[in-house]
Amino acid sequence: MSHSSVLTPRRRAFEFSSRALLLLLPACLLFIALLAIPMLMTGELSLHGFNSATSDVLATRSWHNYDRVLFDPYYQTIFLRTLGLALAVTVGTVVLGVPEAYIIFRMRPRWRAFFLIMTLAPLLISAVVRTLGWSILLSQNGIVSTTLVWLGLIDGNAQMLFSFWAVVVVLIHALVPLVILSVWTSLQGIDPQSCNAALSLGAGPMTVWRRIVLPQVLPGVLSGSLMTFALSASAFATPALIGGRRVKVAATAAYDEFLNTLNWPVGATIAVLLLLLNLLVIGVYGKLVERRIQRRLGR
Amino acid sequence: MSYLSIEGLSKSYGDVTVLHGVNLSIEQGEFISLLGPSGCGKTTTLQMIAGFIDPSNGDIRLQGQSLLGRPPAQRGLGMVFQSYALFVHMTVRENIEFGLQMRGVSRAERARQVSQSLELVQLGAHGDKFPRDLSGGQRQRVALARALIIKPPLLLLDEPLSNLDAKLRHDMQTELRSIQRQVGTTTIMVTHDQDEALAMSDRVALLDRGRIVRFDKPNHLYDDPGSHFAADFIGRANLLDGEIVLRGGQRQFVCGSGSLALDAELPCGRATFSLRPERIDLVEDPAAVLNGKVVGCMFKGNCWLVTVMTELGVLQVMRANRGQVAVLPGAQVGLSWEPSALRHVASASELPTTHFGGGR
Repeated sequence: MSHSSVLTPRRRAFEFSSRALLLLLPACLLFIALLAIPMLMTGELSLHGFNSATSDVLATRSWHNYDRVLFDPYYQTIFLRTLGLALAVTVGTVVLGVPEAYIIFRMRPRWRAFFLIMTLAPLLISAVVRTLGWSILLSQNGIVSTTLVWLGLIDGNAQMLFSFWAVVVVLIHALVPLVILSVWTSLQGIDPQSCNAALSLGAGPMTVWRRIVLPQVLPGVLSGSLMTFALSASAFATPALIGGRRVKVAATAAYDEFLNTLNWPVGATIAVLLLLLNLLVIGVYGKLVERRIQRRLGR
Repeated sequence: MSYLSIEGLSKSYGDVTVLHGVNLSIEQGEFISLLGPSGCGKTTTLQMIAGFIDPSNGDIRLQGQSLLGRPPAQRGLGMVFQSYALFVHMTVRENIEFGLQMRGVSRAERARQVSQSLELVQLGAHGDKFPRDLSGGQRQRVALARALIIKPPLLLLDEPLSNLDAKLRHDMQTELRSIQRQVGTTTIMVTHDQDEALAMSDRVALLDRGRIVRFDKPNHLYDDPGSHFAADFIGRANLLDGEIVLRGGQRQFVCGSGSLALDAELPCGRATFSLRPERIDLVEDPAAVLNGKVVGCMFKGNCWLVTVMTELGVLQVMRANRGQVAVLPGAQVGLSWEPSALRHVASASELPTTHFGGGR
């Protein structure tokens, strides 16, 4: 059995010709200039010292910034919050998105197209517009607060905006289409007759869903949840606009270091650590689930 | 009281009726085929028995109990799907075991029954493989074992062999039938392949545009098709359209520019007769019922298919290959057949149909 990833289908080894390399060159240059070089510069910047009195980046290099960010409770809280946020959003999108994808998939074609477009709508709207829309909904005299106060569930002074869970809700709304799309692809690969076969063998609809459908859409759930995790851990606009100053996450903390405190080296350190955190979680989780799926589905 | 009785079963989608009051009585242990061209309603009938489609009218009774209103899971029928519909994420063993798990059978008992069932379908060595690692014929057998392990009162086969290549299909016909005989499960198979239906079934129900036109033993259906549609759909037939007239006390069938003497007491008027190519012999002139000129001769391995231009029209004659020399086009030949070979069938106008025989 090949050890290729579930996310990338097995392909015949590609022979690179000189012409192919030539065609790849512009894209490579673009990536090197706009991604690789800035990343290396950020990494290098994170090693420099900083003089807070003069706001100068010092020429000396050390691991001091990493020491500070990793062991300072202030930054630890920010990173734990980022991790918690990403996990909550991932769980939320999977719990909502997987059944939603299945339900829409089973609809009549006309309704299916309508609801699919409705669920994918968040992807079509600019992040800023979507987020501002949510901040209107969640503000103190917004429709959500007013309704909850009217129902007696919260008192009039409660602040929904600028809370951790508000950020979670808005990110779930923004990212659930990714889970739906990737589960959708997996659903299309299921033989609809296999569900009928399970029914004829005495399985109820819930058993069919749990034993037949769910195991076969796991690759879609995996790729969808990995995307969701990576995007919510590094999300900036939503935590900045919905969470504000009170819900600081790694991305907004790095932004503040760069633009408010002007402590570029610490900002760079946070950025590098966020990247490592993302890679670590995605790598470990991806490998664990992938191995299971590979054995079962042979993909 | 028959084992399975289908009474006045109909299905309409809006204004379109795909099944018109189908009646069938099936005895326990029988192997029945629902045969017909695509769109004749055979799969709809099977799906209604299985419970995946609700009938618009009529009833399905198994051992006197109506199946209607019960979801597929509670009918307990075994079904083999055209695509096999195996659970790709489960091993062969897990696939077969699924029905027993749903019935809460203990682990030890499940293991025992699954190995027994693997032996039955000759897959003993493949229990831990995944369906993707099996050949088409092996997948077919897994699907069969999975459907049979729940000891269903009725086994439903939906075009079970249509995804196999010709040679394998032939082998599986024999094997499927022998397994069915061993376990004795009453079976209904849907197929569009008349060879398959004739070869495997105790009785064949021939469907045409939502109606059962014939329900009979395969040899009866073949030898005495009874209708233009059946004669044409089952096997190869020369279909002769003409008129029965009385000439000097003798009934004659006038067709094309020639005529045939008839023994049977049939009313005068328009009529159609079916004549199977293999029932016609090529003979020397004096013994011939009819003379003609060969216009074509096709070698089919086990036989020659000779096309003869006669007064009645063009006739196909099948001549078993016993090493004779080929009949050359242009040769004059005599044709003869036993009187019983000529079968009166309900003509195309009585049962309107779009199918017309090759013998016209």
